[in-house]
Amino acid sequence: MFIYEGGKKMDSVYVKSENKKSSKAVKKQKMEKRHFIKSLRHREELAGYLFIAPWIIGFLFLMLGPLLFSLYASFTNYNITSQMKFVGFENYKRMFTFDELFWTSLWNTLYYVVFSVPITTAGAILLAVFLNQRVPGIKWYRTLFYLPAVLSGVGVYLLWMQLLSPSTGLVNIALSWFGIEGPAWLYSPEWTKPALILMKLWSVGGGMLLYLASLQGVPKTMYEAAEIDGAGTFQKFFKITLPMITPVIFFDIVTSLIGGFQIFQEAYVMTENGDGGPVNSLLFYNLHMWNNAFEMFNMGYASSMAWMLFVIVMLLTVINLKIGKKWVYYEGGDQK
Amino acid sequence: MRNVAETPLFQKRSFRLKCKKILVSIILLTGSLVILSPILWMLSTSLKTPGEIAQFPPTFLPEKFQWKNYIEAWNTAPFTRWALNTTFITFFVVIGNVLVNSFVAYGFAKIRFRGKNVLFIIVLSTMLIPGFVLLIPQYMLFSNLGWVNTYLPLIVPAFLGNAFYIFLLRQFFMTLPNEMIEAAKIDGANHFQIWWKIAMPLMKPAVITIAILSFNGAWNDFLGPLLYINDEKLYTLQIGLQTFKGTVQTQWHYLMAASVLVLLPVVLIFFFFQRYFIEGSNITSGTKG
Repeated sequence: MFIYEGGKKMDSVYVKSENKKSSKAVKKQKMEKRHFIKSLRHREELAGYLFIAPWIIGFLFLMLGPLLFSLYASFTNYNITSQMKFVGFENYKRMFTFDELFWTSLWNTLYYVVFSVPITTAGAILLAVFLNQRVPGIKWYRTLFYLPAVLSGVGVYLLWMQLLSPSTGLVNIALSWFGIEGPAWLYSPEWTKPALILMKLWSVGGGMLLYLASLQGVPKTMYEAAEIDGAGTFQKFFKITLPMITPVIFFDIVTSLIGGFQIFQEAYVMTENGDGGPVNSLLFYNLHMWNNAFEMFNMGYASSMAWMLFVIVMLLTVINLKIGKKWVYYEGGDQK
Repeated sequence: MRNVAETPLFQKRSFRLKCKKILVSIILLTGSLVILSPILWMLSTSLKTPGEIAQFPPTFLPEKFQWKNYIEAWNTAPFTRWALNTTFITFFVVIGNVLVNSFVAYGFAKIRFRGKNVLFIIVLSTMLIPGFVLLIPQYMLFSNLGWVNTYLPLIVPAFLGNAFYIFLLRQFFMTLPNEMIEAAKIDGANHFQIWWKIAMPLMKPAVITIAILSFNGAWNDFLGPLLYINDEKLYTLQIGLQTFKGTVQTQWHYLMAASVLVLLPVVLIFFFFQRYFIEGSNITSGTKG
């Protein structure tokens, strides 16, 4: 219907301009020419906004809006059933003075981050160095070591629950070959977090790939020059390789720190529906927040917890960036 | 004149090199056995009888392969239903992610408009927001829309852009020569046509990478369905498996069999499209490093 009408209109315009080829039409053409470039740029702009429109909508409705709402909610007693009432800093006060589990969960999360981030980073670098050697079948090795990084979700958690099972699990069976009596892992409060770190270490191949790509970017001539100067394997590693890949190490540490604070699923699946495990040793920050929000429906309090986490993570990232300037080496001296 | 290969210095060097290679091979071989053992153990456990699993000392291979474990595990719970649900959601999430993110990324890479750089910095900084901060308000939003217990909260966001995928695809699209786009414009193509007919086909590897990443993301998504889906008939495989764990407790042969089946599609895709996994990771390290 629309096209049909449009066609009719076009016809009539055509007839009109035929009738009087006046100065008016010429003037109009000139005007159009003058505005041609301007309108082109205008159209380009419009196209630009059109193309990014889906993201803008998503940003406004799924990010900015919710973010502001949750900031407001964190200052209320919001709990779905009763009226939302402004309570000031009450939630934040409760976090620091009243809720003991808040401290437990923060401690558990810090413990996990402090150990898992350096261990997995070092593991990934070491693995990448080995997988960067020219030995037969190297492509197969790379595929094999990367495979666990692809596997994720509940299936993997169930697998590790079996591997870590105190009597029938593979981990303790393997330890017994060396005469070590393995701990009860997920049933022993001191060993629950190391168990999760061990599981995390299994999928170190994901980080490895990042390092492998950057190792291959280190110029060969550097090693050759060092060899002529009589540098050994270890010297080459600590004096050339490590400094050259510091930007990737830095990126990895920043992102895995943020990721580490978000640990939730592992603890939720590997305990009884997120009850926190033995003596709450697996009650991570996000798990405590989840329980507050969706088990007890203390939405206001959970929102304030969410914002507190946001602040902690941001602070640590800023500290990271500050310290990073001291040890990260950027080739050519330009700071990215 | 003596051959270089016969000089004592060269021979000493090549001997040391050979030793090093053998040492590295031994370490890698041992390492891959350690890495692979959980997967082999999982397969072996899934084919054992409960008696064999509890046996001490443990056996590595089942006496007789109990293939029926797989059928019994699958039929103990509505896994077929859950698999269909998961496939349905994954299909739409992948379509949405591929189309929308490449569309947005093209805009950021190849169209000039005011405020582009600022907006792109916002895209990047949204990656730093911990997901849990958004969880509660997004839940409130979707529940007010009446979307709880439907697939809409899982599918619709995939059509509204993902910062990481936009960033990745933008890096790819930046490599398209501007001359090509100008030439297409002179031939009368608009940006929409250039995106669909030139950029997308040329950037097929990047698009496939995004498709695979978002397939994995959707297939393994646990938090989304856990939050939004209450009806057991609407469960996905991840939530289903979690429920199944509650049903069969520590009957490891069933748990492992079901886990193998849930993990299988991801493993298959990994082996078929290996190089695309590596591509995605290279782009990340290349731009950040």
